[in-house]
Amino acid sequence: MSTTVTPPPKKLNHIGLEVVQYKGSKTTLCAGCGHNSISERIVEAFYDLGVNPYTVAKFSGIGCSSKSPAYFLGLSHGFNGVHGRMPAIATGALLANSTLLGLGVTGDGDTASIGLGQFMHMVRRNVPMIYVIEDNGVYGLTKGQFSATADLGSTLKTGIANDLPPFDCCALALKWGATFVARSFSGDKKQLQAIMKTAIAHKGLSVIDVVSPCVTFNDHAGSTKSYSYMKEHEEVLQDLDFVPFFEDISIEIPEGEVRDVQMHDGSHLRIRKLHRDFDITDRFKALQALEETEARGEVLTGVLYLNTSKPTFLELLNLTDQAVATLPESKVRPSKAVLDSLMEELR
Amino acid sequence: MSTLEVSPSDTLPDQSIHPVVNDFSIQIGTVNGSGSQTANSVLMRSIFQMGIPVSGKNMFPSNIAGLPTWFTIRASKHGYIGRRKEIDILVAMNPETAREDTMKLPTGAAVIYDEPLKLNELRSDLHFFPVPFDKLVAPVCPDAKLRKLVRNMIYDGVVAQLLSIEMDEIHNALLKQFGKKKAKAVELNWGAAKAGYEFAVKTFAHGVPYRVERMNATAGKIIIDGNSASALGCMFAGVTVVTWYPITPSSSLVESLIGYMRRFRHEPETGKATYAIVQAEDELASIGMALGAGWAGARSMTATAGPGISLMSEFIGLGYYSEIPVVVFDVERVGPSTGLPTRTQQGDILTTAILSHGDTKHPMFFPCSPEECFSMAIEAFDFAEKFQTPTFVMTDLDLGMNNWMADAFPYPEKPIARGKVLDAEELTKQGGFARYKDVDGDGVGYRTLPGTNHPQAAYFTRGSGHNEKAQYTEREDDYINNMDRLSHKFEVMRQFVPEPLVTVPEKATIGFVAFGTSDAAVRESCDQLRDEYGIEASYLRLRAYPFTQHLLDFIQRHERVYVVDQNRDGQLLGLMKLEFEPEILAKLRSLRYYGGLPLDARTVTDEIIRQEGK
Repeated sequence: MSTTVTPPPKKLNHIGLEVVQYKGSKTTLCAGCGHNSISERIVEAFYDLGVNPYTVAKFSGIGCSSKSPAYFLGLSHGFNGVHGRMPAIATGALLANSTLLGLGVTGDGDTASIGLGQFMHMVRRNVPMIYVIEDNGVYGLTKGQFSATADLGSTLKTGIANDLPPFDCCALALKWGATFVARSFSGDKKQLQAIMKTAIAHKGLSVIDVVSPCVTFNDHAGSTKSYSYMKEHEEVLQDLDFVPFFEDISIEIPEGEVRDVQMHDGSHLRIRKLHRDFDITDRFKALQALEETEARGEVLTGVLYLNTSKPTFLELLNLTDQAVATLPESKVRPSKAVLDSLMEELR
Repeated sequence: MSTLEVSPSDTLPDQSIHPVVNDFSIQIGTVNGSGSQTANSVLMRSIFQMGIPVSGKNMFPSNIAGLPTWFTIRASKHGYIGRRKEIDILVAMNPETAREDTMKLPTGAAVIYDEPLKLNELRSDLHFFPVPFDKLVAPVCPDAKLRKLVRNMIYDGVVAQLLSIEMDEIHNALLKQFGKKKAKAVELNWGAAKAGYEFAVKTFAHGVPYRVERMNATAGKIIIDGNSASALGCMFAGVTVVTWYPITPSSSLVESLIGYMRRFRHEPETGKATYAIVQAEDELASIGMALGAGWAGARSMTATAGPGISLMSEFIGLGYYSEIPVVVFDVERVGPSTGLPTRTQQGDILTTAILSHGDTKHPMFFPCSPEECFSMAIEAFDFAEKFQTPTFVMTDLDLGMNNWMADAFPYPEKPIARGKVLDAEELTKQGGFARYKDVDGDGVGYRTLPGTNHPQAAYFTRGSGHNEKAQYTEREDDYINNMDRLSHKFEVMRQFVPEPLVTVPEKATIGFVAFGTSDAAVRESCDQLRDEYGIEASYLRLRAYPFTQHLLDFIQRHERVYVVDQNRDGQLLGLMKLEFEPEILAKLRSLRYYGGLPLDARTVTDEIIRQEGK
């Protein structure tokens, strides 16, 4: 009488984990919030690439965006720090354990206002981590004040117009030393996923600014960070295709003009140019393109810059390969003979 | 021009027949940036090498070149190493301060001075020794550019001759100062010292009423500044991540540490570093990085001073509430605000005890000497990891930046203790863990480190409300339970902080409670009170906060207890007021000094006599 139902075989990634093992707790953000889409892309990218979640450390500051690390990678350690000061915490953790994969998620208030200094110094150091800015132009958790990335002339729900120009976090990252810089839109699933995967494979600092509409406080007419504004004004730079290191690279190369970039881990990023003549190794061109599109009220998305050769901050420090945090006593406490010789010098 | 009044007294009697031996202080007034540090260190060291207890205090401006600087060397056969107010021998090299410095001297003092300053016209109750520095330096230093730096060594020779300091020891001290590699510098400076010595032999018929005679009280001892001692302690504590921002007077702590770590903490096989030292962009970042590193399992630290402590306050609250070990050195200087950056004070202890908003309490260690800078640095790292909390080592400019005579540091006996950290194997055995659960009754939970290869290792660290499992909560019971556990943890610390040192003479009626660099002055004052006034005083030297039962017992057994603070508001007394009952507080008196110079015994003694009404 028993009919045996064979469950469908579980789908596993190349390290043998299911996608559910990359998820976190249930989101408490508003329904339709762009940040939730970004969390989904993070889950997919880490699952697809078979990243060991135990090697990942998540970091965030304060704000709606900074809550989101609880909603993905539940098997990874996470640290929700203080407002705007996540880069310092992440830098310290990576100094302690250079084998960790750092993933920071932050907002435009965190990054461009209170934390601008820390952001810039993280960029200058090329700290090897992924730094995602969930950029919606407003403070959500304090109910809808302008942030420093709000565009000149954009309005709040109350009708008040912003009379200051925005910081462009991608331009700042480009100018001062990040080695992978991209802008995306939370509604562009394919592009964001390819960018996220590239960031995982990249060995230096990845700054990913994702326009992520706030459905509660900044999704109205007059906002330049709304779903509808992005649909009308997004200018996509490239078609992106990410081929991980464990897949056969020889499979067909798509038609058209394609640039293939080999990443540090052996993965490949394949870039097909769309409208404009754009070179992802040319920072100045990228800055120029950002200026031009901003002047037209357009939002340029895609990979803006990629440099796979610049040494990271941790490489510059000449650290031992193991995490310094857990080195044995024999490695971190010099011998009695050393102390005795030092005392002799001081006599 | 100075407006000082000149009041010459009678001509001096010849005191050179009965000179004072090994008990005097020399003050050298120079201009900063003139290279006087070498001459001063060499002079101090030469006395030390003759076996006489010695101490040196540098009073310097917050400036790189051109402002007045004073260096005071005290030799004391009794072993007193605190500052002494009275100056016996003045070396006046700075035209700007020479007149005022001379006018302040007590009758009978000696003045060695640059001849053109004509200080001998000011008073007739002093011994004057004019020296033509420019004339003497030219033949011994042909390179005119170097003369400014070498010129000061001439007064070392003059002082050596007048005080009978052995010139061989001046030479030995020079070798120590420059090392064998800088033979040219040794030679130039030695030439200048000899020129000074020979000039003094030829010129001065009478010496000064002070003499140096060989003793054997410094055998085996070292000379070191507190910041270097702290740095050595950190290295032998096994520090792995150091993140800092330069600020006087703490910068030299990390700079010394960088020097030591480069020499002794690279893997011999690979040359790679077993540590990371990062100069951050500000104190917000330096403490943030240190906390991130502590969270990831490093022995992490930062070093700072007053303004830095203020800036770190928000992050310290995060460290307290999310329970992350980190060691913070506060080398205190004079506040508030920028204050006097190059003067000393114990000005941060009250603010540090409860640093950050909300209910917070932090342990503080109070070293009083280089020996304790070394040993307490090591203890502080063990303590921070044992209790998983920011732990402060409070020193000050006087201890940190001045050179002190000290016993050689003993090698740490105990192995490094990393506290309650669960690895993958332990997690499997225990079937998981709850980060903030008080399993052992000491208020300290178990933690895991990021990178632990186990499905139950991860937890989410946050500065927002959290329950035992580190999950977000705003529940009243969760919040209260967590805060009560943190309070209990602080109570448990009382049994593990360094205990106070207590001295109670039989007939003592009054007592002192002091900490840190007040120690030298208080010990000397106890002798002054006994010898000059017949008052026996007990002394409890506090070595840490939170307080222990010893402090209460000590107060209870005395009629009056003087709490010594190097700050205006009596901050240590203030901390006692936060927890002691009124009948205990009724016995406490406040003794404060806050002028920015190292505390001296006479100031303490005079204040006790005033308050005791004697």
